[in-house]
Amino acid sequence: MPFRLSLAAAALAMAAPWAHAQDANLARNLAATCANCHGTNGNVRGKDVKPLAGVAAEKILAQIADFKSGAQPATIMHQISKGYTDEQLKLVAAYFAAQKPAP
Amino acid sequence: MNATMFSRRRVLGTGAALGALSLAGCATTGGASIGRVVVVGGGFGGATAARYLRLWGGNVDVTLVERNASFVSCPISNLVVGGYKQIGEITRGYDGLKAAGVKVVQGEVVAIDAAGKTVRLADGSTLPYDRLIVSPGVDFMTDAVGGLAATAAQSKFLHAWKAGPQTVALRQQIESMRDGGVFAISIPKVPYRCPPGPYERACVVASYLKQAKPKSKVLVLDANPEVQSKKALFEKAFKERYDGVLEYRPNAELKEVDANSGTARLEFEDVKADVLNVIPPQRAGDIAKAAGLVNVNNRWVGVNWLTMESTAVPGVHVLGDATFPAPTMPKSGHMANQHAKVAAAAIIQLLKGEAVNATPVVMNTCYSFVTGRDVIHVASVHQYNAEQKTFLPVQGAGGVSAAANQVEGRYALSWADNIWADALGA
Repeated sequence: MPFRLSLAAAALAMAAPWAHAQDANLARNLAATCANCHGTNGNVRGKDVKPLAGVAAEKILAQIADFKSGAQPATIMHQISKGYTDEQLKLVAAYFAAQKPAP
Repeated sequence: MNATMFSRRRVLGTGAALGALSLAGCATTGGASIGRVVVVGGGFGGATAARYLRLWGGNVDVTLVERNASFVSCPISNLVVGGYKQIGEITRGYDGLKAAGVKVVQGEVVAIDAAGKTVRLADGSTLPYDRLIVSPGVDFMTDAVGGLAATAAQSKFLHAWKAGPQTVALRQQIESMRDGGVFAISIPKVPYRCPPGPYERACVVASYLKQAKPKSKVLVLDANPEVQSKKALFEKAFKERYDGVLEYRPNAELKEVDANSGTARLEFEDVKADVLNVIPPQRAGDIAKAAGLVNVNNRWVGVNWLTMESTAVPGVHVLGDATFPAPTMPKSGHMANQHAKVAAAAIIQLLKGEAVNATPVVMNTCYSFVTGRDVIHVASVHQYNAEQKTFLPVQGAGGVSAAANQVEGRYALSWADNIWADALGA
């Protein structure tokens, strides 16, 4: 677990901060595909789905890795997370980490 | 040149203050605006596009034109038909969009002048635009079913396939049906709006009847050769939960209706039902046809998937159910919301003269109730393929529920709350 976390953190350091404005837009656009369930900019309504705004990127990536591997059982996230490349997931995680949680 | 750039920057820097001014009722913000976008239709696609243009574009002048005073959600509306929710619980206002700086006009666009870049409303007023978004949903091909073009037939055989008054009226028909009556639902050939929707409706109505009017039956008349979405899961629900209550008939295309006798005529037989719910074949909404946007099979709108711009009329971006879909892309509110974000991002960059995102991604999640509480899902992720110039589903990703369950029942309602707020801003 710590080993994977440190890998994720290293990967993240390469992905953020954005090298170009275009990458920032790409991260924003990709993260917006999650909003239907996780709320606009990761500020979810209700208590059934986990909020993503302000959550550390390595934590989000570790959770997704567990969904992908099956280590963390899921109803739907194991299927959705496999639709994105690792590079895309890094952008998404960094974007949500940078969002301010709604009060 | 330098001076021009400098002044533009200064103007952009004061955008927030000017944006606040425009909220107070000014239609335009003069030099601060990067462009005017008119959005036709305030459903899942149009509302999301309007909100995200403001959220991402800042100083874009956005006007949303919508016929109805409020938004009524098609997703979850089958729970109203089944008696598990009230219409008020699936209705939302447009105040959140107004608070986001969108000018909301209640009215109907009757003509689009793509050369002059204006739209004309039913009241005779016109709105100019730099980019136009048309998110018209579907309209019904009532001519495709004999007898259904008549007003009397349409008021008797409800579709309830646009959420609103018909949703409530169909609920009333089911509620007043005698115990021992037959509720029949006619499903058109694909493509139609919301592929799992008719099967969900059949299940929740069966769930209600089983408990409230146990001698009654549900008859599913499907024009298709088999269940079109979540097939194994719906078939399991039909068999295990509604054995003896629900009868599913494939290849049962509705040919004709008779409003006087309440008869549904299929190819080889006549079916009598106490309540006959006819979901007619569909095409892109009327305004898309009138504007010359319909260019695929005389029914749907072809789009450039990087921008959602029509392949028939430049400067006009089309979202949602009206589009001719990419491979395996469903006609759903969720997908319309995703289309809207691709369009909003692209339009902002086009207005600024910048390159659009070359690698967009969209995804779909669709929850269906098989009882008032138990839910099944289908999900997919679609990545843009530059070679084929379309979205393709990612192989090995997506899928369906292992089995109907109540945890996903909660997720389904949470999904609805979140997508409504994502589209409407409140």
